[in-house]
Amino acid sequence: MPAPIRLRELIRTIRTARTQAEEREMIQKECAAIRSSFREEDNTYRCRNVAKLLYMHMLGYPAHFGQLECLKLIASQKFTDKRIGYLGAMLLLDERQDVHLLMTNCIKNDLNHSTQYVQGLALCTLGCMGSSEMCRDLAGEVEKLLKTSNSYLRKKAALCAVHVIRKVPELMEMFLPATKNLLSEKNHGVLHTSVVLLTEMCERSPDMLSHFRKLVPQLVRILKNLIMSGYSPEHDVSGISDPFLQVRILRLLRILGKGDDDSSEAMNDILAQVATNTETSKNVGNAILYETVLTIMDIKSESGLRVLAINILGRFLLNNDKNIRYVALTSLLKTVQTDHNAVQRHRSTIVDCLKDLDVSIKRRAMELSFALVNGNNIRGMMKELLYFLDSCDPDFKADCASGIFLAAEKYAPSKRWHIDTIMRVLTTAGSYVRDDSVPNLIQLITNSVEMHAYTVQRLYKALLDDISQQPLVQVASWCIGEYGDLLVSGQCEEEEPIQVSEDEVLDVLEGLLVSNLSTPVTRGYSLTAIMKLSTRFSSLNRIKKVVSIYGSSIDVELQQRAVEYNALFKKYDHMRPALLERMPIMEKTATNGPSETVQTNGETDSTILDTKHLPSISQPASQANDLLDLLGGNDVVPIIQTTVPTKPASAGGELLDLLGDLSLTGGPTPTPASSVPMSQPPFLLDGLTSQPLFNDIAAVIPPMTAYNKNGLIIEFTFERSNPNPNIAVITIHATNSTEADMTEFVFQAAVPKTFQLQLLSPSSNVVPAFNQGSVTQVIRVLNPQKQQLRMRIKLTYTHKGSPVQDLAEVNNFPPQSWQ
Amino acid sequence: MTMHFLLLFSRQGKLRLQKWFLPLPERERKKIVKDMTTMVLSRKPRTCNFLHWKDLKIVYKRYASLYFCCALENQDNELLALEILHRYVELLDKYFGNVCELDIIFNFEKAYFILDEFLMGGEIQETSKQSIAKSVEASDMLQEVRH
Repeated sequence: MPAPIRLRELIRTIRTARTQAEEREMIQKECAAIRSSFREEDNTYRCRNVAKLLYMHMLGYPAHFGQLECLKLIASQKFTDKRIGYLGAMLLLDERQDVHLLMTNCIKNDLNHSTQYVQGLALCTLGCMGSSEMCRDLAGEVEKLLKTSNSYLRKKAALCAVHVIRKVPELMEMFLPATKNLLSEKNHGVLHTSVVLLTEMCERSPDMLSHFRKLVPQLVRILKNLIMSGYSPEHDVSGISDPFLQVRILRLLRILGKGDDDSSEAMNDILAQVATNTETSKNVGNAILYETVLTIMDIKSESGLRVLAINILGRFLLNNDKNIRYVALTSLLKTVQTDHNAVQRHRSTIVDCLKDLDVSIKRRAMELSFALVNGNNIRGMMKELLYFLDSCDPDFKADCASGIFLAAEKYAPSKRWHIDTIMRVLTTAGSYVRDDSVPNLIQLITNSVEMHAYTVQRLYKALLDDISQQPLVQVASWCIGEYGDLLVSGQCEEEEPIQVSEDEVLDVLEGLLVSNLSTPVTRGYSLTAIMKLSTRFSSLNRIKKVVSIYGSSIDVELQQRAVEYNALFKKYDHMRPALLERMPIMEKTATNGPSETVQTNGETDSTILDTKHLPSISQPASQANDLLDLLGGNDVVPIIQTTVPTKPASAGGELLDLLGDLSLTGGPTPTPASSVPMSQPPFLLDGLTSQPLFNDIAAVIPPMTAYNKNGLIIEFTFERSNPNPNIAVITIHATNSTEADMTEFVFQAAVPKTFQLQLLSPSSNVVPAFNQGSVTQVIRVLNPQKQQLRMRIKLTYTHKGSPVQDLAEVNNFPPQSWQ
Repeated sequence: MTMHFLLLFSRQGKLRLQKWFLPLPERERKKIVKDMTTMVLSRKPRTCNFLHWKDLKIVYKRYASLYFCCALENQDNELLALEILHRYVELLDKYFGNVCELDIIFNFEKAYFILDEFLMGGEIQETSKQSIAKSVEASDMLQEVRH
């Protein structure tokens, strides 16, 4: 059999193919040749064949039949074979395959090979894709190599150890001794990987974190040397010495300094030095500054240093480089809660970024703008934001509209301004407004009693122009149904009253019923509106006719409504006026409309409402955070919101609850209309009216980590309910940093006898892998004797097919939660 | 700098290198490659080099006819990621001498070997260009045959 063609030859041939079909043919032919060559167990050309296979695999063709061949190559004595074999293993094998495990022995042998480059290959492969079993088996070898004096191997071993720890966190302890003198290395490669290893250990274990705090002076020294030392050709990047190492050290300092006064103080000077001395003309300098800013903001730095950091971000905002502007906006978003006033100073620059051409920058600027809106700047900011809403991409419009509604509600300087703003949003972005804002707007309008005439008039005029935007149409029909009498009587005070007759109004409403643009929901609104007008208008016959026609509508919803309204006319006419009376002002604690959620036994709907608005309150009480929650995609919110899909009924409720939480400065008090369970409000909503609008960190109970083991982290966040201070409302957030989901997750808790505990339903029972989401659950604890809160928790879940159960005591409750 | 993956692809969307630092099934990888190429290739010129995708930050940079695209976790430093991509290009350039896409097409395995001396498990393992070049050179010397 002729020798198989060489790799480069094959590549050249395949590239001459003019069509996909031609390419496929060539590849199939070659694959067949390779397969027969594999069958012949040909050692000489195996390497070449696997290399070719890898090329074809990259083009998208299947290559699974080469997996075992990779193993044979790894086991070969030739370096060339091993190199390709390991590469193939990394590309073709993944830990889900059994074949993968067969590598373990080969890797073990190669880890002890006499040639360091072979050891390097083994370490690299293990460190990139070793499974948990492999890591367990080979951790000892890695630990041995971590102590070698060969820096080439030592740096690789360090990163391999990082991978082992990520896969099998329990093995972290065994690497501790080897870390003892890692930082005294001169070799930058080893230094860098050591810092990565230390970072990984500190991030995973609070004990390791406290243990390694003593390294802060050493790290500060290393960083100082990097900055002060002269030009070093080996590590220089645009005049800066080893920026990669600098950034890594800054990040480790951040972790070590967080929440610790002494460490933070020890690093203050060096941070100031880096912040002022780093060259900013190139990206590399700014990368270091960026990391420095993040570190300053996270540790307990002096206020002078913090101001320095924010000013750096402010300078970033003015930089020509888009990347830097983007990064500045992202960082400002993270700091806006804690250093609100400092960020406010840069407001005008941020607002200018709304006009940037770059989509990513615009989004960040929008989120930040909402975070900066307050009572003083509301008029100016709203002008900019409305202008932004007009011209932005459709993807933004929904978020922007929701944000504007929220901001308007919190800070509206007058009711007229509020209604005008709502109108403006509805008319310019009406079809992007979320459907669940419709009930909320209706409430708002209802509660602005003196504006009813003005509102209904403006809405009517808007309808005449355009009936395509459903949310606008729905709100308008509802208002016309409710306040139609004010409309025809021409009573408007705020602006020139329009002359409109009852027939004209009914024309418009009937037009909605028949229009193709109207959704079934909209039709429902207009039919009900027409019906309501029967007690407000005098043209009864016309209304009766419309209602009876729709009694035979194909749409079941419309049909049902029409039939019932018909029955009202026919048999219960005496009740009609009372039934169709003007809606009362909706109080916060009242329920009106059907409550689709079951009250006390914590069905999923109500729990989602609970969990949705609790986390946002236990933040340092800046409503900015609520806005950010609403807009989503915000990496600032330390509390992870669940992404459990909710039924439409409660989806509206969530939005309303978010709004219901906030205390308003004179605006109408919205009530979550249909979904607040009656027994909840005294605890949840009442407690929030006294929440200050801005930072009042002293009033807030800090969250705590209750459990952190095997990749499962459970955080508790707190909310005190003011009317009954004996009740602590705790929300648990369970996240999973392992690579497999935790299913059938059940959280149980028990408290000492003097307490009473109520556990509401969880958001879900799957904790997704890689921290992609969390499970939340609300616990209410009654503590009438004000005793120290203690809790025993039991966790059960299924992880990678095996059931896991664990018990833990939670004793580190912050005193504010039970005092 | 926990990178999840690093991809190189041409302006026509042809994959030239794929390095995965997380275990993912083949099907998942193909989907990600498709998503990345679509997202990155549709970016207008003069926009910033950062994107959001799922809960990851995507950093990409174009060098001649090749797009270098990597995915980072939320707490990672995007500006430094640009430096990492640049460093990799410099390493390739030093090795191949004025590297171009064809070099990477015909010598893809070398591109991987160089990458494996620079990054491991999504983290940087060596910050000295000379050191990496020496290691790759020494490994090349150990090779017995040409493919």
